Amino acid sequence: METLERYEPLIEDFDAFLDACGRSLPSVVRVNTIKATVERAKRALDEQGVGWTDREWSDTVLELDTTNPGSTWASFHGWIHGQEEVSAIPTEILDPEPGEKVWDACAAPGSKTTQLAALMDDEGLVVANDNNLGRLSALRFNTERLGVTNTAVTNQDARNFSLKPFDFPAFDRALVDVPCSCEGTIRKNPTTLDEWTMSHVRSVAGVQKGILRRAIQATREGGTVVYSTCTFAPEENEAVVDHALAAEDCRLVEFDVGLDSRPGVTEWDGDEYDESLAKAKRFYPHHNDTGGFFCAKLEVEA
Amino acid sequence: MSHETPTNDGQRFDRLPETPADREVEGRASRQEVVEWWDQRFGIPPETFEGYSFWEKGKGKIWILRGDLGSPIRIEALGMAFLRTRQEHWKPTTNAVQRFGRRASKNVVELTREQARTFARGETQELDWDGDWGYLVATHELAGEAEPLGVGLFVHGELQSPVPKGRQRDL
Repeated sequence: METLERYEPLIEDFDAFLDACGRSLPSVVRVNTIKATVERAKRALDEQGVGWTDREWSDTVLELDTTNPGSTWASFHGWIHGQEEVSAIPTEILDPEPGEKVWDACAAPGSKTTQLAALMDDEGLVVANDNNLGRLSALRFNTERLGVTNTAVTNQDARNFSLKPFDFPAFDRALVDVPCSCEGTIRKNPTTLDEWTMSHVRSVAGVQKGILRRAIQATREGGTVVYSTCTFAPEENEAVVDHALAAEDCRLVEFDVGLDSRPGVTEWDGDEYDESLAKAKRFYPHHNDTGGFFCAKLEVEA
Repeated sequence: MSHETPTNDGQRFDRLPETPADREVEGRASRQEVVEWWDQRFGIPPETFEGYSFWEKGKGKIWILRGDLGSPIRIEALGMAFLRTRQEHWKPTTNAVQRFGRRASKNVVELTREQARTFARGETQELDWDGDWGYLVATHELAGEAEPLGVGLFVHGELQSPVPKGRQRDL
């Protein structure tokens, strides 16, 4: 927890923040609308005596009163998928349309890939990429269990991703949910900060910048790129987006999500970021009883 | 290369030929045969698969993709593994039957909840079934309707459950 002390200047009610980080997470699932309606999934849960609670901000996210959502008929049939609540945010913000071409740059293990496919009614194409071949098997397991058929899976380094296998020049949208120091997952993995070092933050930030820049380049003019992490470190969040704003043709845009959030920061540790970074959102564990998360929405310009 | 007979390449996906007459790679199933197989075996109407393309990667393994792409394509996966061909009895995947099996009207066996549990554990069970031997769509009633659990293999009075290990559950 000492690692988190560095964020005290950013976070109001810091003690409540630390308390929330020490509690375990509620059990949350997303209904997979490719295979079932929300009503039918709820009815299947009812039949098994599993209690559920709606989440106001999303029609498909439910909190369950079981710690093991995998042992339900709804899960066996691929009607529900265990997915942390904040992890459902970036796909909703990207808001892909059926028929579009969408890039999921760091896709494994596939929670967001399958959510993209569901929002697209399984029409169009999701190119789900990950540089880790081992994790791609988990991705494929999840896409197939959830009945997704509009996905092409690639194994490339996202920083120099090539569209060569495909017969189109650019994506309509890209989801850039990058590898990060994962500070915001402490409620799920209490040991996640044990190996935290500033040098890891710096090195992963370099990778994040490369992936975000490539995503902007690979997206058509007027297209949308969403950048997200599950960490609090501004070095991996606002600083990465600030770098992309300076290096590529794009701008930050506002977005709404029905969860409590705080604006992105514009100065940290002696550095200043573009003032439009206030359009990004930070999600803290004590505000919505979730993990921690960062999300920024970008529009690609000429 | 152009003088050789085209063969299946396990490193890439090739779109299936439209009909057997369009076949260039020996032994490769055609789209027409694949769609007819689902109709003949399970009564799933061919129009179910309008808007999908079919691909082979690895000998006999057919994948289904919503939409289409340029063929061939060298990537890790495309859509969903769908059907195993190049063998006497073609075998659908569990995931394909869960996704498309709701439209099946023949060779469908409705299981009781207890039988469905046995099936989901991947276990073989005795089954009173007067119909065809071979692959059946196994369903049970869930949330008001019959829902496909996957594909079962009925032989010698028993229903085998080929639910892959990672998909098995003790419910």
